[in-house]
Amino acid sequence: MSRLELSGVSKSFRGLKAVSGATFEVAQGGIHALIGPNGAGKTTIFNVVAGVYAPDAGEIRFDGRAIHGLRPDQVCAAGIGRTFQIVKPFAGLSVLDNVVVGALRREKHVSAAKSYAAEIVERLGLGAKRDMLASSLTLPDRKRLEVARALATRPKLLLLDEVMAGLRPTECDQIVAVFRELNRTEGLTILLIEHVMRAVMALAQHIVVLHHGEVIARGAPADVVRDPAVLESYLGEETEV
Amino acid sequence: MIARLTEGVPRRGLVLLAALLVLLAVFPLYASGYLLAVGFLILYFAYVGQAWNVMMGFAGQLSLGHSLYVGLGAYAAAALYVHFGLSPWIGLGASIGLSALAGAAIGFLAFRFGVSGVYFAILTIAFAEFARIGFDHFAWVRGSSGLFLPVANYTTNDLWNLRGSPTMFYYLMLAMTAGAFVLCHALLRSRMGYYWLAIRESPEAAEALGVNVFRYKMVAVVISAAMTSLAGVVFAFYYNNLFPEQIFHISRSIELILAPIIGGVGTLMGPIVGAFLLTGLAEGLRELMLQLGIDVPGVKQVFYGLCLLLVVMFLPDGVWPPLARKLGLRR
Repeated sequence: MSRLELSGVSKSFRGLKAVSGATFEVAQGGIHALIGPNGAGKTTIFNVVAGVYAPDAGEIRFDGRAIHGLRPDQVCAAGIGRTFQIVKPFAGLSVLDNVVVGALRREKHVSAAKSYAAEIVERLGLGAKRDMLASSLTLPDRKRLEVARALATRPKLLLLDEVMAGLRPTECDQIVAVFRELNRTEGLTILLIEHVMRAVMALAQHIVVLHHGEVIARGAPADVVRDPAVLESYLGEETEV
Repeated sequence: MIARLTEGVPRRGLVLLAALLVLLAVFPLYASGYLLAVGFLILYFAYVGQAWNVMMGFAGQLSLGHSLYVGLGAYAAAALYVHFGLSPWIGLGASIGLSALAGAAIGFLAFRFGVSGVYFAILTIAFAEFARIGFDHFAWVRGSSGLFLPVANYTTNDLWNLRGSPTMFYYLMLAMTAGAFVLCHALLRSRMGYYWLAIRESPEAAEALGVNVFRYKMVAVVISAAMTSLAGVVFAFYYNNLFPEQIFHISRSIELILAPIIGGVGTLMGPIVGAFLLTGLAEGLRELMLQLGIDVPGVKQVFYGLCLLLVVMFLPDGVWPPLARKLGLRR
């Protein structure tokens, strides 16, 4: 069964088609990657799924329930967590308090949210920095904080928007291990946008390639990276000289 | 209940707070009439500053029209007292209801249609101005000629009708300031407090974490408006006269946000510290000018402005945060 299903989703900005007729699904318990050149519409798809924009056309179903047109907080309540490509920490709050805000989504009491948030912070390797202000974190740590906050809402589906960008290879492997473990132990479904192919190949069981707002290829990583249409979108058309 | 409220508050902070409360409680025993009036004013600004802080300091919504809620609160209770002899404590219901309604209307218009930041601030000014001009022509409350409460020299304190000595008003204001402090402290530690701070720091991220931004901004405005209107009621019964031109004036809105800004926006002690500094400074300057025999109009205001400028330049977060670090209450 599919956890997330997009069918014919389109979204334009002042006549510019950012996404047109995107159709794909994310299997329950799967890890899928959404790749494509800059401006392909990846982040727009995330924003449409997360409720930031309503799609102009098409349907989005989460566990069979239509979620297009819901507000972001309603989408979160339904069980979708997301991170932002351009990180948006609560700068004036401590690392722990940032995560508590997310944890309050599922916890009745502030005290319970605090202890759950502390667990997540530890898990993402931010334990030593839990009392620091989020504004004092380095970019890689801010990315971790984005993930920690989203995880604290206990999502069934996690949307990760370039959380590996700017990380060193070892840091990248660390966070990949965290996602793998969450996927294995808790059945967390993940859809990630990523340019770091090291992470994509290590994590994704399935890849969706977007180009000019359209899905041009879908399939297993090994097949997709050999697909001529994909190579063309990244490297340009072959021309006779 | 008390154990839960004080949990996690540094012991030193509790001791200092208790000491401050005791000082303020015994103050009227030794103060002259003039000093008592200054004390009342300080507490008044600390209280309304705290109320404004709920909106701006916690939820990040800048209101430059809080005189609207002071005025509505004052006029509702005063008019009901003058016309029907109703106790201000009954009138308070109308005051809070009206102010909360006005706050909800402004909030709904702004938040529903995505008016935010400075544009939201302009909207709050506009509503205060509507009220100022509207009340000028509102015959039931005597319009621009002003609404007066019957005054006599009270020898007894009638708390039920708020007729009594300045000492009674001082203690009432002290109780309100302490109450507002405890309420805001509790609010900040609640789910709502976390949500407000999240909205203040990044509404988009708050939304993505499941926070209903519209709802919690509305609640912030309504709570802030309701708290402010209570100060309006006391204001009306303390001064016994109300003019739309004064009470709804924009200078009143500005005046009441200075204490939390100077003290530290978003902090619980900020409005209190700011009120002490500003009112103390203003009255001190007045006294100084008197002693020096300087009688040039505007000198006091220039000094006052200079002092504000210095604080804003050198302590942009307000006086309280660095002071709290000095006192060992914060890292």
